[in-house]
Amino acid sequence: MPNLIVKGVQVDDTFAEAFGMRATALIITADSTKWARQAAVTMTGMATSVIGCGCEAGIDRELSGKDTPDGRPGIRVLLFAVSTAELQKQVQTRVGQCVLTSPSSACYSGLEGEELLRLGDGLRYFGDGWQISKRVGAKHFWRIPVMDGEFVCEATSGLTKQAVGGGNLLIIGRTAQTTRAAAEAAAAAIAKAPDVIAPFPGGIVRSGSKVGSKYKGVSASTNDAYCPTLRGVVKTELDSDASSVLEIVIDGLTSDAVASAMRAGIAAIVKLGPKRGATRIGAGNYGGKLGPHHYYLRKLLP
Amino acid sequence: MTRLIFTLRENPRQRLDLSPLVSHRLAGKSVREIERLELQTTRHRIEVGDVFRLRMGDVEQICIEGGGERFDYVGREMAGGELLVEGDVGIQAGRLMSGGRLTVRGNAGPWAASGMKSGVFQITGAAGDRLGAPLPGEMSGTRGGIVVVRGDAGERAGDRMRRGTIIIEGDAGPYAGGRMIAGTVVVLGRAGRLPGYLLKRGTIFLGGCGALSPTFVDCGVHQLLGNRFMAAMVESHSKRAAKLMRQPLRRLAGDMAILGKGEIFVRNGASFLSDT
Repeated sequence: MPNLIVKGVQVDDTFAEAFGMRATALIITADSTKWARQAAVTMTGMATSVIGCGCEAGIDRELSGKDTPDGRPGIRVLLFAVSTAELQKQVQTRVGQCVLTSPSSACYSGLEGEELLRLGDGLRYFGDGWQISKRVGAKHFWRIPVMDGEFVCEATSGLTKQAVGGGNLLIIGRTAQTTRAAAEAAAAAIAKAPDVIAPFPGGIVRSGSKVGSKYKGVSASTNDAYCPTLRGVVKTELDSDASSVLEIVIDGLTSDAVASAMRAGIAAIVKLGPKRGATRIGAGNYGGKLGPHHYYLRKLLP
Repeated sequence: MTRLIFTLRENPRQRLDLSPLVSHRLAGKSVREIERLELQTTRHRIEVGDVFRLRMGDVEQICIEGGGERFDYVGREMAGGELLVEGDVGIQAGRLMSGGRLTVRGNAGPWAASGMKSGVFQITGAAGDRLGAPLPGEMSGTRGGIVVVRGDAGERAGDRMRRGTIIIEGDAGPYAGGRMIAGTVVVLGRAGRLPGYLLKRGTIFLGGCGALSPTFVDCGVHQLLGNRFMAAMVESHSKRAAKLMRQPLRRLAGDMAILGKGEIFVRNGASFLSDT
């Protein structure tokens, strides 16, 4: 099937290939949105890729006091990992080091799940015996005395095994500026989509990778087929007018959430048009044999 | 489907054991079978049909119209559904209840909610002594669920409580929350002398209190997030309890005579003189 042209933007007839992941959602609250966001930003820092960070994490959305368990402003964050054990480790470490430590913070489960991860159940030991367990109805939480009062933390958070990691869009343009403008528009649209995160800086990654390397022990290396400076020396995927490529990687709690976010991202790029934004949209895959989730761009057009 | 209604014909001549009148014990029974259930507590046999006029309906929604101080064991071991009593009840109402919603529109006798595990138990009048408390020989009282008493409670409310929440909107007698292992007791009015006596763990909220054991130590006035979160959890059961929990409250830790991991929150400004 030939590639499609939508409002002047070429959309490759290809698909993004994504993988099943384990994920959880947490609600971080504080006395103000500023401090809830500070805790959320800190705990989702250095969480761009499971390759080197252990997990992929980011902010899903901001919550008003009406939508948080304690009536204070909050932020919902999502964390994704390749195994339940690794996710558990990351949740404990990140909440313990970044949320527990943040002034006025509290942390609650942001996801219902049949399986549960330890949240306050692990962090309670910080209380050194002074922690207090409270169970009201179906809710179980811990009160841990800290220097500004109490850290309130729900005992467990829900785990989903239906999460998907690695949905992606490759954004190709004539200049670095226009390509970045298109990627920013797509990232902004994806940030509004529910139950997904784009874990890279500002939602955008410029160093897309391929599997393997010429060097022993290196699991991933630069995606040379999409490097404009190597257009003449490798088997390139780029046209002669392309001089910049950016990628958006999307993780979602469900496959539908990833598809919706990709659709929103494509719509934003197309809306910006080829003059001010990208000339072409592609997607990364491994031939369809590695990941069970395939997102065909032609099915996600605006 | 309409409610299953038991209407009192006349006051019984002996104390009654009303524990058979709960959803799981009535499920699948015909009108005749229900009418023949035995309720006596003496050698003189009394059947449901002798005391109540029965209007058949959904066994998950039971209503007992009429009550009395002799109506014992109402809702005992109740596991689900709704049970409403339009009148007073006797001893051990809601004992060992593990689910559902029990409402008494009247007063309850001693040991109401004793050993309760889950569910919601509301008493619109007053509760007798030992609300939620264990029977002699038992190690713990209430183990879960929510108990709300709109009126006053007698002495030793929440005795040896292990988990759950007891809210008393009126006053409580002496030793409220005594020997608590954990859980939460709220007294919006005034608690009698020695609240939290031998408290191990657990939280007691008091609108005011009588003489406190000197083995409680003042930790200052705080407006804690944990209490605000608790307030949100109990607000649907008692708006007044939620309001108290959200206030700045004085935290008294104890009972230092034993483990000392418990706490009493007293309304700021309320007297909490030690009983030395």
